[in-house]
Amino acid sequence: MSEPLLELRGVNKSFGVVHVLHDVDFAVYPGQVTALVGDNGAGKSTLVKIIAGIYGRDNGDYLFEGKPVDINGPRDVAALGVEVVYQDLALCDNLDIVQNMYLGREEIKGGTLDEPTMEARARDTLGSLSVRTVKSVRQSVASLSGGQRQTVAIAKAVLWNSKVVLLDEPTAALGVAQTRQVLDLVRRLADRGLGVVLISHNMGDVFEVADRIVPLYLGRVAADVATKDVTNRQIVELITMGRSGDLGIAENPTTATV
Amino acid sequence: MSVDTSSTAPGGAPEPTNAADRAFARDDVHATTLGGSFQEYLNRVRGGDLGSLPALSGLVVLFVIFSFASEAFTTKLNLANLVTQAGPISVLAMGLVLILLLGEIDLGAGVAGSTGAAVTALLIVDRGWYWLLAALAGLAVGAFIGVVVGLLVARLGIPSFVVTLATFLGLQGVLLVLIGEGGSVRFADDFLRGLAIKTVDPTVGWIAAVVIIALFAALSIRKHRTQVSEGLAHPPFSLVVVRIAALAVVLLGFVAFMNADRSRNPNFPIEGVPRMFVVVVGLLILWTFVLNRTRYGRHLYAVGGNAEAARRAGINVLKIRVTAFVFSTMMAVVSGLLLAANTGKVSPGSGGSNTLLYAVGAAVIGGTSLFGGKGRAIDAVIGGFVIATIINGLGLLNNASWINFVVTGAVLLLAASVDAISRRRRSAAGV
Repeated sequence: MSEPLLELRGVNKSFGVVHVLHDVDFAVYPGQVTALVGDNGAGKSTLVKIIAGIYGRDNGDYLFEGKPVDINGPRDVAALGVEVVYQDLALCDNLDIVQNMYLGREEIKGGTLDEPTMEARARDTLGSLSVRTVKSVRQSVASLSGGQRQTVAIAKAVLWNSKVVLLDEPTAALGVAQTRQVLDLVRRLADRGLGVVLISHNMGDVFEVADRIVPLYLGRVAADVATKDVTNRQIVELITMGRSGDLGIAENPTTATV
Repeated sequence: MSVDTSSTAPGGAPEPTNAADRAFARDDVHATTLGGSFQEYLNRVRGGDLGSLPALSGLVVLFVIFSFASEAFTTKLNLANLVTQAGPISVLAMGLVLILLLGEIDLGAGVAGSTGAAVTALLIVDRGWYWLLAALAGLAVGAFIGVVVGLLVARLGIPSFVVTLATFLGLQGVLLVLIGEGGSVRFADDFLRGLAIKTVDPTVGWIAAVVIIALFAALSIRKHRTQVSEGLAHPPFSLVVVRIAALAVVLLGFVAFMNADRSRNPNFPIEGVPRMFVVVVGLLILWTFVLNRTRYGRHLYAVGGNAEAARRAGINVLKIRVTAFVFSTMMAVVSGLLLAANTGKVSPGSGGSNTLLYAVGAAVIGGTSLFGGKGRAIDAVIGGFVIATIINGLGLLNNASWINFVVTGAVLLLAASVDAISRRRRSAAGV
């Protein structure tokens, strides 16, 4: 296995008296889809927000490409090339696809917006991801389906040469065909060498695209396993009970208080 | 396991894709004919994206009604007067578009504009300041009011409705203090007053019109060429030509109409485009450029469309909100100056009562959404003409003032309904 692109080591996080994350180790490898799974309240969102730089961490290390980095906010994380695609997508309905993909990072030429360059690059990026479902890159985002919007949000990460992409429940609101498109896209991202983190409740999706699965149980990493080595049933047990056979956290750990 | 990411060119466009495999091949066949473009426009209108259609059709209807109802309406003198009447409303509405784009409202803009105009007038009358310096001082007052309102809205999070209702009331008090109860300040500076009562030399008017058309044509054709040569989405060339021709017809027709003598007294000819119209066109070009071609304009739309998305994209939402109020209030001061030029004075009641609602009505009739994220400078100008036509026409009919209030209220409500309905249709059709 190659060097992790992004790694958290021994991260703890509390909100007041509530200890949400316990000594979490989490790694994202290039070219792999790492699925982060867990029940509601297991700490997935908190972990994602720590990676995104929205929350600080109480202790533990944040490493990027093997080197510890200082994270003081989302901008630092974005500067490293880590892009988070949130569940609510955060696209501007009144702008078109190109404008959304370049939002906040518009190309300027001669003091004005360089529309030809932006449009051509946005088109190339979508094309390179083999996105064929969008009629025109000058379509307003309001007219796109859920899957297409997800596609645009993901393509934005590719356009900006992100090295790590975190996808928060990308298929939660999608139909069958759209889920198919998005999962294909997730796979293609990894095949291009990006480190992809997929946060999902849907075991079907996880088993289909993930290379590794990291189940969280009550703020702890229950396991970090290759998808091919486990069964659906084992993952469900890890999510709900923290262990499955010889996998998972030791029985009744003294520190298992939440 | 390792895939070489270094081959990815900065900012996108990784592996080359062959043309057949390109995702957006359909872009190129995207409305290549004039008929196709027209069909697309119809589809957009059906989907609720009305643009300035309600305003233009309203303008036609109003012209037909008033020209039958009053003989005086269609006289050249009155139509030129209408243009001057529309000026302050259009300028105030253009400023309001910035606020409306963010989904906010500024009820105090009219009064704030007159406060700035009062400062300008007082500096000229009492202190003998040169008009330009006095006008800049008035604009500075507007900018200051804008900063205060913007910070209260954006930083403190008070609804803009409440903050600007407070400035609406408070600044009327300030106007009373500045001008004095029952008094008024003369607004007689040669240049500033001339904006309303003087005209542009007919020859200059022709030259300016031709220059504007030539520039528009050159820019449109250049843009179209770039789009075609780079294989980008583009309208058919015939549509570009139609647009240029439409602008030429409207502008040249307008100049020809205005350059004809419209005086009742043959010894004192009045001819030429009203100067106020030049101000309106100048500001229209400025704001169209800012909104469409600059990063600031793009960010205004983004914040209005989805403030959270804009924030995550790294846009300083607070800064956008505050500056929108600053620019809007400065536009209100320009509008206040034009209004003062029109009436020849600033009085404590200037910019109060329904001035602001006229402007909101103008912006919304023109196609600016009260829900934010949608609107153009041209909408405000067209809407301003609609409102001015109503005021002008009703004035000629010698109707009691109650009708004015009722009609203005009804028009505002109608415009807001059109906005709400078109918004629902848009979200249903997803355009």
